[in-house]
Amino acid sequence: MPQAPAITDLEQLKNHPAVARLSAWNAAAIQGVKFDRDEMTIYVERGSIREACALLREDAACPFNFLSDITCVDWYPNEPRFEVIYHLLSMSKKERVRLKVRLESSSTAVESLTSIWPGANYFEREVFDLFGIRFTGHPYLRRILMPEDWEGYPLRKDYPVEGYR
Amino acid sequence: MAHMTPTPVLEPGQDRTMILNMGPQHPSTHGVLRVLLEIDGETVVRLMPDIGYLHTGIEKTCEAKFYQQVVPLTDRIDYLCPMTNNLCYVLAVEKLLGLEIPPKAQWLRVLLNEMTRINSHLVWLGTHAMDIGAMTVFLYCFREREEILKMFEMVSGQRMMTSYFRVGGIALEPPLGFFDRVRDFAGYFPEKVDEYENLLTGNPIWLMRTKGVARMTAEDAIGLGATGPTLRGSGVDFDLRRDMPYSSYEKFQFKVPVSQEGDVFARYMCRVQELRESIGIVRQALDGMPEGPIKADAPHVVLPDREKMKTQMESLIYHFKIITEGFAVPAGEVYQAIESPRGEMGYYIVSDGTAKPYRVHMRAACFANLQTLATMCEGRLLADVVAAIGSIDIVLGEIDR
Repeated sequence: MPQAPAITDLEQLKNHPAVARLSAWNAAAIQGVKFDRDEMTIYVERGSIREACALLREDAACPFNFLSDITCVDWYPNEPRFEVIYHLLSMSKKERVRLKVRLESSSTAVESLTSIWPGANYFEREVFDLFGIRFTGHPYLRRILMPEDWEGYPLRKDYPVEGYR
Repeated sequence: MAHMTPTPVLEPGQDRTMILNMGPQHPSTHGVLRVLLEIDGETVVRLMPDIGYLHTGIEKTCEAKFYQQVVPLTDRIDYLCPMTNNLCYVLAVEKLLGLEIPPKAQWLRVLLNEMTRINSHLVWLGTHAMDIGAMTVFLYCFREREEILKMFEMVSGQRMMTSYFRVGGIALEPPLGFFDRVRDFAGYFPEKVDEYENLLTGNPIWLMRTKGVARMTAEDAIGLGATGPTLRGSGVDFDLRRDMPYSSYEKFQFKVPVSQEGDVFARYMCRVQELRESIGIVRQALDGMPEGPIKADAPHVVLPDREKMKTQMESLIYHFKIITEGFAVPAGEVYQAIESPRGEMGYYIVSDGTAKPYRVHMRAACFANLQTLATMCEGRLLADVVAAIGSIDIVLGEIDR
């Protein structure tokens, strides 16, 4: 089935509520946008993610009040290696948006969202546990799924599927 | 095994408190949940769940499988609602592929999903009531659940790990007599729900154990990422089936039960009413079941019928290629969420254009819902922890993945 090609032009997408809100606040924080398969992705500059989420949560027109998910993708051996992915949901407008932060393998730290949504706690711990991304300001950044003394980060692409033997 | 050592450790806050370890082999923790409790007499001061005992690295395993080989793995995440997991995964892959699914397959998926919801809620009701001390309900619930499992066996050959849905449709036509059996079940099931309610809803002991217990406000529930009946029990009217429909749910009429109190009883009422709504959807699906194919017209993705495969060269080639090489999925990413019995089940799949997913992430409803436990229980009595754990309907397989 032929798919409509992804739109990556910021001009065409500026009417999307999340894009409009963020570009009105700080256009430099938006590093790129993508509209593909009816899903909106915004690449956010890494230092701005917490403030961007706080703004989107309080937006009057379309409040993205619910944090659905936080996860990560490892693009090893490419740089920037990691993408931390946030899925926000607006319960009133029934709208989703995906925020992405790109991280170089040399500094895998990003601000924690636990001060905005306490529910980010477990999701961030999971990403820390399986990818080794550090969330600054997290109240209890410890391993959650793997044993406490586990070495390595299993979901990284340079970690073998069978584990180390 | 680091889990043998008691980590994470809570330090007692004051001289008067002590640490109590609950689980992981405690019968009321529904699997292997370990809860560390700091208690002051009978009052819970702090609560910390410790999870990961069932972690099997399913997300990593998915990266080494073809797209169609991931379907059986999804059953094993949440063993109480296999069909909803199957559905969420295949919907996500179909969105990546841009596949059009025939109406009959969509309606069958809705029908089986609601049966799965009933199945899951029955297990929840039985075990939750047994945790609080009402033994009889468990036996009643498992009586009806057995019938559902037999129907699952009819369509898929398996009672629990069904793997019935395929990318592009469903595996097989349901066998003769299946719809009659479902109709029969849909006919008598509402009376059975009355039976459960007779045992519990007005029962003074049940009310004392559940009313006003483990309260959670709507703001807390949203902030902590709660979804499903755990969220709706706190008065937030949000259901993905109605608000962001998938698999033609928009063609069905149903109410979304919401309770305002935010206590164990409110969540109980939400789920019991959902049982009635679900059987209503099952009935609508039976009455309006469209005719037509059950698989999409996409030979490079959907396996051909056995008959065609044995008689037509082209089908044989497609069959061989799908089995040996999988099917390539265009590069891209999707997040597909559905309303599982426990809340928002989401699949985030990244494709790099090959026949194996680059990344599969499962947003498990219970994983987020479990975070609400501390809010519910801190400052409450120790015995209420058991009621609270039951009321958020956790499945540890889904939490740990």
